[in-house]
Amino acid sequence: MKDLPPPRRPCRLWRVDEPEIAHSIVKRTPLYSVHARAGAKLIEFGGWEMPVQYSGIVDEHLAVRRGAGLFDISHMGQIRVNGPGAQACLNRMLTNDTAKLEVGKGQYTLMCRETGGVVDDLYVFLIGPEDYLLIVNASRIEADFDWMRQHPALSANPGSMQLRNESSDWGAVAIQGPRVLEFIDRCFPEKTPGATGPERPSLMRKNQIGRFRADTTEVWISRTGYTGEDGFEVLSPAAETMAIWERVSGVGHAFGLQPAGLGARDTLRLEACYPLYGHELDEQTTPIEAGLGRFVALHKPDFTGREVLARQSAEGTSKGCVAFRMTGKAPPPRAHYPIHSGRSPEVAPPIGIVTSGTASPTLNVGIGMAYVPPDHCQPGCLLAIDIRGRLYPAEVVAKPLYGRKP
Amino acid sequence: MTSNIPKDLRYARSHEWVRVDGNQVIVGISDHAQKELTDIVFVELPTVGRKVKAGEACAVVESVKTASDVYAPMSGEVVAVNSSLGSSPGLVNTEPYGSGWFFQLRLSDPQELEKLLTPEAYGAFIQG
Repeated sequence: MKDLPPPRRPCRLWRVDEPEIAHSIVKRTPLYSVHARAGAKLIEFGGWEMPVQYSGIVDEHLAVRRGAGLFDISHMGQIRVNGPGAQACLNRMLTNDTAKLEVGKGQYTLMCRETGGVVDDLYVFLIGPEDYLLIVNASRIEADFDWMRQHPALSANPGSMQLRNESSDWGAVAIQGPRVLEFIDRCFPEKTPGATGPERPSLMRKNQIGRFRADTTEVWISRTGYTGEDGFEVLSPAAETMAIWERVSGVGHAFGLQPAGLGARDTLRLEACYPLYGHELDEQTTPIEAGLGRFVALHKPDFTGREVLARQSAEGTSKGCVAFRMTGKAPPPRAHYPIHSGRSPEVAPPIGIVTSGTASPTLNVGIGMAYVPPDHCQPGCLLAIDIRGRLYPAEVVAKPLYGRKP
Repeated sequence: MTSNIPKDLRYARSHEWVRVDGNQVIVGISDHAQKELTDIVFVELPTVGRKVKAGEACAVVESVKTASDVYAPMSGEVVAVNSSLGSSPGLVNTEPYGSGWFFQLRLSDPQELEKLLTPEAYGAFIQG
């Protein structure tokens, strides 16, 4: 196993296959020293040195499914857009309808090129009148900011809005799992005086965001996540993120809260069938192909990519993103493995490709997401995954692969 | 996190161990390797009868996160494989030097043993 590194160096066992990463300087989050102290294995992800695991991916994954997990998500980017022209401008850059947002609400959305190819998938929150906060992927911060800065919607109305990359100002943690509701209000007992929205974090609905206080620190808390469980994400000034982590760890400990790394974050999101930029999404793939049409507001008069997305929505696409599971004993599927039709597996060339795959800790079976032709997208369709030259049977299943009980 | 390095084995830099028994060796992966991988979920073994050269990839061990090659630490013919890893790959995590062994080789060049690391040298190697 030549890939095995000696201890105390960033672990190369997890090969992060994001081709665009070519950073020479790897950044550290405000929580780096906590991870190092906890004995986490560290890897590079999106230009950041991040914990991939603490106790182990399966242990952390199951902790989030059954109890609660605490993630460092400080690598995520923050782009602030405000001013009288912000709403109209964002509605031309993003696929979902920002006009539907009230103060204190957020929505999942995508930013596309004219070709419909995805620049990034992100969350946009309306945190105050004419004041938007975008949470974007770590590996896409610069690409997003450059794209927005040169966007015609901006140059059409210069001065009507301000665009700022605030990524280095903020740190963030995600608190996820079925037991989080039992202790989130103890972590953040006070709403910021004068702030709109519910009095306590536990009273927020999905996708709501509010301003709360812990000791002297003001934070933004949203009821969002990337695990398929109920949970919250807490955004704080970078200098305060360490205090937030320690506060949440201390309160949550009695409720089974444990730290969880990017490894578990990836297996959790894959069971929930959330796309990961660089895997299911890239500039050559559209939201319609990715199965994210419900986040594309085709009724909006004009937004970048609309023409292609409207046509694909009406006429169909040449490929679709499906979830699948292995049906017999097989190695775990992995990104980039070729896929053949289960109806005629001997026919070359392959019909599709795996974009994400793993051994599912919850389901105890190999699972993944993949792009295949439309006639192989329905649940029940049979696939054959090429793993090191041998074909193993799989079947398309309905998304999500895992859904929490209501 | 200290690793167990039994004194009666020899080690490859690619983290396999060998236990010598006459002109045969049993091969597995080290405690350090299984700890680095964690959560081993699948093991692919060579076929019995296959002839392998020292340094040749001949098995695959898969954790939740990744697939890693396992290399033959010495040259020879595969005379047995640990078929219980098919249903219980986690044995590699729980007993890396015991029931988590991978395969057995009949050596074609027993002198190759001298190229493998002593327990002390392997311990120093994984300390970096």
